[in-house]
Amino acid sequence: MNWVLFGQQLINGVSLGAIYAVIALGYTMVYGIIELINFAHGDVYTAGSFVALATLVLLGASGHMAAAALAFALAVTFAVTMLVMGATGIVIERFAYRPLRGKQRLAPLLTAIGVSFSIENLLQLWMGPSPVPFPQIVPNPFFSLGPLTVGQMQLVVIGSSLVMMAALQLFVHRTRLGKAMRATAQDWMAAEIMGIDINKTIALTFFVGSVLAGAAGVITGLFYGNIWFINGFRAGLIAFTAAVLGGIGNTTGAALGGFLIGFIEVMTAQYVGFQWATVAVFSVLILVLIFRPTGLLGQQLPERT
Amino acid sequence: MTSLVVDGVHAFYGHIHALHGVSITVQPGEIVTLIGANGAGKSTTLKTIAGFLRPRPGRILLEGKPIAGLPPHEITRRGVCLVPEGRRIFPRMTVLENLEMGAFARGGRREIQDDLDRVCRLFPRLGERLGQTAGTLSGGEQQMLAIGRALMSRPRILLLDEPSMGLAPVLVELIFRTIQEINAQGVTILLVEQNALMALGVARRGYVLETGRVVLTDVAERLRENDLVRKSYLGEL
Ligand SMILES: Nc1ncnc2c1ncn2[C@@H]1O[C@H](COP(=O)(O)OP(=O)(O)OP(=O)(O)O)[C@@H](O)[C@H]1O
Ligand SMILES: [Mg+2]
Repeated sequence: MNWVLFGQQLINGVSLGAIYAVIALGYTMVYGIIELINFAHGDVYTAGSFVALATLVLLGASGHMAAAALAFALAVTFAVTMLVMGATGIVIERFAYRPLRGKQRLAPLLTAIGVSFSIENLLQLWMGPSPVPFPQIVPNPFFSLGPLTVGQMQLVVIGSSLVMMAALQLFVHRTRLGKAMRATAQDWMAAEIMGIDINKTIALTFFVGSVLAGAAGVITGLFYGNIWFINGFRAGLIAFTAAVLGGIGNTTGAALGGFLIGFIEVMTAQYVGFQWATVAVFSVLILVLIFRPTGLLGQQLPERT
Repeated sequence: MTSLVVDGVHAFYGHIHALHGVSITVQPGEIVTLIGANGAGKSTTLKTIAGFLRPRPGRILLEGKPIAGLPPHEITRRGVCLVPEGRRIFPRMTVLENLEMGAFARGGRREIQDDLDRVCRLFPRLGERLGQTAGTLSGGEQQMLAIGRALMSRPRILLLDEPSMGLAPVLVELIFRTIQEINAQGVTILLVEQNALMALGVARRGYVLETGRVVLTDVAERLRENDLVRKSYLGEL
C-alpha cells in the first residue's frame, strides 16, 4: 500500500467532506424541525455559487488584486451570498412549504422536488446549460506536510467549514433563538406553549440552513474553479446521505456524516474506480436506511403525537 | 374581574364537531375543575382556550379582554399556560433547560432565578435532578417538570390537563397537594381530570362535560353529592 497516496487522498476526502458536511447541516436542521426532506436544499447551495459569481463580477474581482482588496471582495461576496440565500430559504419555506404544513407528508415532499427543479431551471436560464468558469482569485500555493502536500484552498475549505459548524453549535446551544429551535424540534406544541412563535422559528431554521448552504456554494466556486447549474442535484443527494448516515435531525451527526461520505467517495474513486464513487455513496444510504435508520449517532427521531 | 370567560364556544377538528357551545367562567383565585368521560371534550376545551383551536363561533375573555383567535404563543404571553395532556416536556433537554424554556417569554434573570428556586422548593425531586435529561425521568417526575415548567412562565391562570394520569396513588396525592399549594400562592387554576373524586376534593366549583356540552355545574361539594356525578364519575351505583 502506498501510504503517501492514501494520505493525499485523505486530505482530499476531508476537504470534499467538509463541503458535504456544511450542506448536510441544512438538511438535518430542517428535517429535525418539520420532518421534511428539503430536496431544494442542494440547489440553494448551487444557487449560492452563482450569486457569488455574480457578486465577484460586479466587484470586478480578479486574480491580480492586492491582498486587502481581495479580502474585501471575499468578505462582501460571502456576506451577500449568505444573505441572499438565507432570504431565499425563507421565501421557499413561506410560499412552498408552509401552506402544506400539517397535510399528508407526500405533498410537501413533492413540492420540495418541484422547488428543486425550478431553481435548477432558473440557474440554467441565467447562466446557460454548460459549466461556467469561476474566477480563481485566491492564490493556491501548496504546502508540504512531510511527504504530503496540501493546498491553501484546501485549508480554507476545511477551516471555514469547521468555523461554520462550531458557530452553529454555539448558536443552537447558547442563544435564545437557538434554544427556541431545539425546543420546536423536540415538541412543537410545547414550544408554542412556552411562548415561542414556531412560524418564525421554522423560518429561522430555513434561514440558517440556507446561509450555510450559500457559504458552501461560495467555497465550492473558489475551490473547483467552475460551477454548473446541476451541481446541487448530486451534491444535495450526497449531503442528504451524509445527514442520514450521521442520524438525521442531529447536527453533530450531519458533520460527522459529511466527512465520512467525503472519505468514502474519494477512497472508492482511488482504490475501486472513479465510476464507482457515487455507487458507493448511495449504497451507504441504502445500507443505513435498512440496518440503522437512526444513523450513527442513533438519536430517536423527534417524538410527535 | 372574572379571570376567564368561555362563552358559547364551538370547536371542530376538520369536520368533527367536538365542542357544542361550551360556557365556563373562572374567578380569580379559584380552582375550577372540568370532569367528564373519555372523549367528552375536556382537552379540546383547554386546547381552545390555549389557542390551538379557534372557536367557531364563541368568545374567550381573559380578564375581560378577548383572546380567541390569537396564536398560542401570544396567549401564553398574556398569562395563560397550558400543561398539556401527556406532559410534553422537552425530552432531550435537561430538567434545568426545560425549566428555563418555561421562562422563555419573559425577561429578568433575577426573577427567573427566584422562580427556579420556588419550583425546586415545590418539587424537591426536580431540584435534585436539574442536570438529568428530561426524557429519562419517571412519569411522576415528568409531570412535576411539566407543571414546574409552566410555573416558570408566571401564569395568571394555569390550565392542567389530567395531571394525575398514569401516576401511582402516592404521586397522585402529591400532585394534588401541590396543585393546592400553587393555588394558595395566587395562581388561578382550571383543572381537567378523570379522577373526579380527587378533583372535586381540591376544586371550589366544577363543570361536567358530556359529548362537547356542559351538562351540569355547581360548587364542588354539591357535585359530589349529585346522583349523576356519583353514578358516572365516582364509580358509585
Ligand atoms: N386531533 C383530533 N382529531 C380529530 N378528532 C379529535 C382530535 N382530538 C380529539 N378529537 C375528538 O374530539 C372529541 C373530544 O376529544 P377530547 O380529547 O377533547 O376529549 P377528552 O374529554 O379530553 O377525553 P380524554 O379523557 O380521553 O382525554 C372526541 O370525540 C375525540 O375523538
Ligand atoms: Mg383529554
